[in-house]
Amino acid sequence: MPHRTFLTFIWPSALAMLLFIALPIISVGVQSLHIEHEQVVETVKNCGPFGCKEVEVINADATAQLQADKPLGRFNGLGTYTNRNHLAFEEISAAMQAGGGPGAFFGAVFNLPFYKALAFTLTYTFVVTPFVLILGFFIALSVNRLPGVVKGPTIFVSLLPMIVTPLIGSLILFWMIDSRGIIGGTLQLIFDDPDLSLKASPALTWITLIIYGVWHHAPFAFVVFYAGLQTVPKDTLESAMIDGASRWQSVVHVVLPHLAPLVVFIALIQLMDNFRVFEPVVGFNAEANATSLSWIIYNDLRGSDGTTLFSSAAATSMLTITGVCILLAPVVLRTWRDNRQRA
Amino acid sequence: MTRSPLWLSVLSLGFLALWISVASVPFLWTLWGSFKVEADFFSKQDWRYALHGIRTMAETGGAFTGAGYEGAWIKEEFWKATINTAIVTCSVVTISLTLGTLGGYALARSGFRYAFWILIIALIFRAMPHITLVSGYLLPFFQLNIWGHLTTTIIVMVAINQPFTLWMLHSFFLNIPKDLDESAMVDGCTRFQAFRYVIIPVMWPGVITTGLFSFLLAYNDFALTALLLTEENQTMVPKIAGFLGNAQEQGNVMYAVSAVVSATAPLFVLVMVFQRQIVSGLTAGAVKG
Repeated sequence: MPHRTFLTFIWPSALAMLLFIALPIISVGVQSLHIEHEQVVETVKNCGPFGCKEVEVINADATAQLQADKPLGRFNGLGTYTNRNHLAFEEISAAMQAGGGPGAFFGAVFNLPFYKALAFTLTYTFVVTPFVLILGFFIALSVNRLPGVVKGPTIFVSLLPMIVTPLIGSLILFWMIDSRGIIGGTLQLIFDDPDLSLKASPALTWITLIIYGVWHHAPFAFVVFYAGLQTVPKDTLESAMIDGASRWQSVVHVVLPHLAPLVVFIALIQLMDNFRVFEPVVGFNAEANATSLSWIIYNDLRGSDGTTLFSSAAATSMLTITGVCILLAPVVLRTWRDNRQRA
Repeated sequence: MTRSPLWLSVLSLGFLALWISVASVPFLWTLWGSFKVEADFFSKQDWRYALHGIRTMAETGGAFTGAGYEGAWIKEEFWKATINTAIVTCSVVTISLTLGTLGGYALARSGFRYAFWILIIALIFRAMPHITLVSGYLLPFFQLNIWGHLTTTIIVMVAINQPFTLWMLHSFFLNIPKDLDESAMVDGCTRFQAFRYVIIPVMWPGVITTGLFSFLLAYNDFALTALLLTEENQTMVPKIAGFLGNAQEQGNVMYAVSAVVSATAPLFVLVMVFQRQIVSGLTAGAVKG
């Protein structure tokens, strides 16, 4: 296809991505180097019956004018990146010097908002992904053994956790694990502890969120593996049987190698999706014990403390994007190498 | 194949039964509970209150009540959010499919290296958490005075949807034999005529599947809609999140429960009707590798 024709076909799509994905990334980058204006303070003489005093007053008009003239704020360099709410260099070096062993050090580091969110995001990503693969694989194996009539309805039900809106899915589970809900109440009964609450401790919150993640994503792995199972070569399976392979051996040595490329595909998609974990934190009301990178950006932008922290959100966004690039680097490199060999 | 031993069948069926209940019971439970009063669904005494509806009978006289739905749809005006969701999802699906088919076709038929690089960049864009982009939108949108409108959100969603749509349709177009449009061009068609008369009639299965996923993305989104829309323009999902904030204080959690059930119902219908397409769509990317 000539370049010209290619361009005529692709420009609407390319323009949309350029304007609303590429440019915003640059805009986020610029924003992260700036910081909100300080309020303009004037010294005014305030004269009363007991003489004159010099008072510092905030000039609201001048502040608004400055804000309108330079909406980005003032230049701050990498200041936002290194402050306490992001990479927190000072706090970390302080924690290092304080001594007290690795326990105290990590305790201090994971109290910093950015590292706290990073810790949860990475744990979530790297725990949910393998569990999704394993659970999905076994569901696929089991469904594959079912007789044809019940397969359809089984697949239908299995798809539900994945198709449901993430926020809604987490709310549904959240209401069930509420101490007044069915699961929460039953757990209290089992452990004979009327104060047991899954929301109270960080560990339990993390486990709840991870279980939600596996529940939500397992159907995806199941469907892909199930489709892969349909294409397993029957001849190879049969000859393995004839050679005396047990059922389990033929799964390990015939089926698994056949599905290996799918494992890579699912793992890639899962890493991308789990790294952006956000809705469950909102749905499970978990921000006290578990925050994610996406959630702290949302929290800054929502301006829950009264002001929208554009620069802080932008800096976290840039750090998150860097994280995504690191995560994807091996995949891109491999694809690039394959492509170069082919060319 | 030899017959499998009994223990294996039992194990496999038992495991499957467990999974099926884990996958379906939360939905059934919430559907059932949405017709009860809060004192039953969130019972301080015993969760079985929700089964029998003891408090519901005491408070309303019947075993089931539509009070939650009435409160959500009429008092809290959930119907407005439903209309907004309908507008947003329909527009996003139509526009992103139009742009995506053109782009995906070009990517599938171009033999040049840059097509490959566009796909790689699209993959990186696809991995970007949506909320990181929102921090780039807000300030410019405030400046241009376009923040809060449905139109803005629709355009943003179309753009964010493009990387995925391009990948998906690109792989569908690769499966349509090249000879088809090339022979049309040998017969004297231009590229556009070949696309119009040869490709468009055979592309619908791929387009429908991609459309389903665009629909889900637009319907399920929370990050964008929560931050880019004014309160009266809110779609269903941020509206439900809004319920939680003020409803828990007013004791109207049941509004949120009913709204959740209402918002889930269309998705169930969607899966029921399009199960085959969804399954084929999920695997389309995988089979290619």
